Amino acid sequence: MTKYYTKEHEWVEVVGEVATVGISVHAAHELGDITFIELPATGKTVSQSEVLAGIESVKAASDVYAPLSGTVIEVNPDLESAPEIVNQSAEGEGWLCKLEPADLSELSALMDEAKYQEYLKGLS
Amino acid sequence: MDGMKNTPLLEKHQGLQALLAPFGGWLMPIQYAGILAEHRWCREKAALFDICHMGELLFQGDIEGDGLEHVFTFSVKKIPVGRSRYGFLLNERGGILDDLIVFRLAEDRAMVVVNAATTENDFAVIRSRLRPGADFTDITPALGKLDLQGPLARAVLVETFGEDLASIPFFKFVKRELLGVEAIVSRTGYTGELGYEIFIPVEKVGELWDLFVRDERVAPAGLGARDLLRLELGYSLYGSDIDEETTPISAGLGGFVDLGKEFVGKEALVAEEREGSKRVKVAFRVDSRRAPRHDYGIYHEGAEVGRVTSGAFSPMLGCGIGLGYVTPHCAPIGTPLTIRHEKVELQGVVVELPFYREGSLRG
Repeated sequence: MTKYYTKEHEWVEVVGEVATVGISVHAAHELGDITFIELPATGKTVSQSEVLAGIESVKAASDVYAPLSGTVIEVNPDLESAPEIVNQSAEGEGWLCKLEPADLSELSALMDEAKYQEYLKGLS
Repeated sequence: MDGMKNTPLLEKHQGLQALLAPFGGWLMPIQYAGILAEHRWCREKAALFDICHMGELLFQGDIEGDGLEHVFTFSVKKIPVGRSRYGFLLNERGGILDDLIVFRLAEDRAMVVVNAATTENDFAVIRSRLRPGADFTDITPALGKLDLQGPLARAVLVETFGEDLASIPFFKFVKRELLGVEAIVSRTGYTGELGYEIFIPVEKVGELWDLFVRDERVAPAGLGARDLLRLELGYSLYGSDIDEETTPISAGLGGFVDLGKEFVGKEALVAEEREGSKRVKVAFRVDSRRAPRHDYGIYHEGAEVGRVTSGAFSPMLGCGIGLGYVTPHCAPIGTPLTIRHEKVELQGVVVELPFYREGSLRG
């Protein structure tokens, strides 16, 4: 199982026909205390790089983009009442939603973990 | 950063790995551990704020004869020595040039505490309204300011400096030697909690900071937490909720204006009282954790009726809260409002201030 990352700091992990999506630890740290997450409706279809969700922290509101095209099949039910889970475990329990991916070849447009870490170094 | 002023405590903030950002022309700490943690600490224990960026202006002389009496929306000579008063410096149109607090230090001395970004302009405006040659100086660079706010603030202060500081009443201050220099300890603040604002010569402010931070009941808090705390009380932030285009009447702050005395801007306020404000400030809460934010539109029955000036997620209320200006027919408590910005749409209702009522302020 490998995580892939976007330049906008989303991650995706594909297991069989399910792609789990979240924001990176780096992004959660940069946002600061997360106070609200707008999750997509299940059944919604998105294209790669389209707006998938919205995240608000004490400081600002920002969009979350779909790392892959697909259909939303599940959202994390705990985030409505406890969005701070994303601050505590952005790449674990703080996953945002699961997609049925439309085209796994899109993964080639993303970075693996090593490349993403290099990318972050370039940002600082 | 070019042209940015630094707080004398900059190295302490860097040592604490604070997130620093420009505010009012100063590079200031926005957060240390995290805004919500610092907010909670202030509501439960004692938070320490570096407020060295705020301006302090010192007047010495004849308050009436030198013209200070007619500068602000309240009477300076009626402030008893040892007390302070909140009010405004206005332009001719009644617009707010700044909100400030005047400390009556002595019969012939008053300290004006103003916002950081407006210090220079305030000084020039006040100077121009005083008798030429009046003794009026900007003492900001020489004075440090720390605010200790929270239900445990008194216990910390008293255990650090002595029992005599236990009995300062709300909105009173004392001049008192701290760390071998004369300081002002004032029972004032903006968090809704029991708290103190301490003015001390700048060369001692680092020592005072260290002394407080060593106390395990005290944690440093940045401007991010400060903004949430003040908004939960509904206090206006200069530059966001009040400015030169708003008047104290429209901002619902007419209680800090004495129309029985002369001051610049009075005629405009008298006319506004007579004719009614065209727009007025309201407080509202929304039915979501989503924050209404600055400049979001405010709608009522489908029509745009105003704009949000401040908004945030309130940790204490568990929902979004905000301040904004609306046409007067939408101001009554209970009026339903829709807050809208691009894809965001929030349902809200006009509420009474303060949003948060459980603070230790008068404890």
